[in-house]
Amino acid sequence: MALLEARGIVRTYGSVIALDGADFDIEAGEITALIGDNGAGKSTLVKVLSGTEVAEDGTVHLDGKLVRFTNPSAAREHGIETVFQDLALCPHLDPVKNLYLGREIKRSGIAGLLGFMNRKTMRDGSVAAFQDLGATVRKLNEPVGNMSGGQKQSVAVARSAAWASKIIFLDEPTAALGVVQTANVLDLVRRVRDKGIGVVFISHSMPEVLEVADTVQVLRRGKRIAHYRSANTSLEELVGAMTGKLDEEME
Amino acid sequence: MSTTNNFKTSAKDAQALLDSEKLTFAQRISRVQALQIVLVLAVIVAVFSIMSPDAFFSAFNLRSMAMNASIFIVLGVGVTFVIITAGIDLSIGSVLIFSSVISAMVMENLGASGWTTALIGLVAALVSGLAWGLINGLLIAKANVPAFIVTLGTMGAALGLSQVITGGIDLYQIPTEMVDTIGFGNIIAEVPNLVVIAAAVCVIGGILLHGTRFGLTTYAIGSNPEACRRVGIKVDRKLIMIYMISGITAGLAGWLSLAFFQQTAIGGNSMTPLTVIAGVVIGGTSLFGGIGTIFGSVIGLLIPVVLQSGFIIIGVESYWQGVVIGIFLIAAVYIDGLRRDRAAKGSGNKPKRRQVGGVDLGSTNKKGTQ
Repeated sequence: MALLEARGIVRTYGSVIALDGADFDIEAGEITALIGDNGAGKSTLVKVLSGTEVAEDGTVHLDGKLVRFTNPSAAREHGIETVFQDLALCPHLDPVKNLYLGREIKRSGIAGLLGFMNRKTMRDGSVAAFQDLGATVRKLNEPVGNMSGGQKQSVAVARSAAWASKIIFLDEPTAALGVVQTANVLDLVRRVRDKGIGVVFISHSMPEVLEVADTVQVLRRGKRIAHYRSANTSLEELVGAMTGKLDEEME
Repeated sequence: MSTTNNFKTSAKDAQALLDSEKLTFAQRISRVQALQIVLVLAVIVAVFSIMSPDAFFSAFNLRSMAMNASIFIVLGVGVTFVIITAGIDLSIGSVLIFSSVISAMVMENLGASGWTTALIGLVAALVSGLAWGLINGLLIAKANVPAFIVTLGTMGAALGLSQVITGGIDLYQIPTEMVDTIGFGNIIAEVPNLVVIAAAVCVIGGILLHGTRFGLTTYAIGSNPEACRRVGIKVDRKLIMIYMISGITAGLAGWLSLAFFQQTAIGGNSMTPLTVIAGVVIGGTSLFGGIGTIFGSVIGLLIPVVLQSGFIIIGVESYWQGVVIGIFLIAAVYIDGLRRDRAAKGSGNKPKRRQVGGVDLGSTNKKGTQ
């Protein structure tokens, strides 16, 4: 049984049908690549599954139970985290404060009630989180805004990994990165998977998808039109499925 | 589930990461954004004290400088919170006047004498300030009107209402206990009570801003409000609270100003918001949000006061103070912009649009995208 099973998801924006009865499956401890041409509905699907957007029709089962997320907090409570393309980090804050943003640990007793934070616990937790993923964060007290793109991406992924217990969505995590940084982030993604978390990975880079993903699911015009084990597929097949060439050949 | 961290401390080389946090005392000091401005203040003080050592360092002059700065500093604490969120509060001068008018009327009706009356007057001033802060906050956070426009509007409205209520005539009936103790009294030796109150406000504001989760959220909202919303922080509610902090400090300043000037100062605060905002910005708080300290604001607000007093002592017309502060203000924002551009270049990021109080000031990078 899949960790998450979405069936017949529909989401429209006015007259535009972004998702037209899309299916999607996520397995624990696997990297699932979600691919498709621009406008195929990838981002909308991730938004629906992470609670940012609400589907008009369709069902989502998590661990076999029917769930419905009306906001991102509801999804987070179920152990689902998302790394957005813009990373959603606070550039003036250091990695520790970003990792614990909105989840700061308060001190015990009266000090905690007054809003004082347990900085040591937060710092130790951050060190553990970054070390665990081998994230390339070198300074804990430097504003994230001064760091390189790869380091920022590391902080964002480590933050999601630290809080996710089931699923992480990554929306084009390597789009703005160089070769070395991309390799680091892909390593990071593998380590998250190895912790038993279901990782969903939106990407436009087919070689990257074939390198890192365990399964590939292809969206076109708001529907899932293909679901491959990445070991059994090829670049040509993926591109064919994305562009619709495959269907024409079949017809 | 969301309150526990998945990771347990494991790796030994984690220590290296922890060590990266340890700084020498000198490094810590140099990281304080306000350091340059402390040096500027020190130079100004040095110049005046060389030119006229006896008069400048006289107990009388130090005392009067500290008292003049006190009301500005109380206002500056609230404004620092607002500016760190990339907001602005132009209404503080008018809210100060409105609060002092309401407070004076309440005290007048109670007979204008005695401590009870004075304290009820204080509550009236604080509630008036809070109410204006709430109005500002609701309009900015919920109605999405730019802070610059909202507080420009309430600046006019609060002053206008004060004039309507009083017919434009200042109120003079203030309890003498309040004037003698709060306005001109000392607790210890020659330290005026006004200064003690301002210092207490700074300490409370400093702890709230630098020590608590609320303060951290204030920086986070100024840094990236969207990131805060995504992690479930109630940004609107926090913003309303922050404008209410600015309102309550303006209310307190209104009451202090009654004690100090022994009257409402309806016509006397037209420059107050600009002086305070200038002081806070000169003190290193970034108009673009995410950066600022209470300590910096205090130093920044001392500069105009020291200049004014110094110019009088060495016989330069004190009008020059306005000219010098204007230059400092522009220089401070210029340096802040340089700092931001450098940070943006260092990380290969596209510079963000510059917005102050919701008003777009154009890109930080004149050459466009990099």
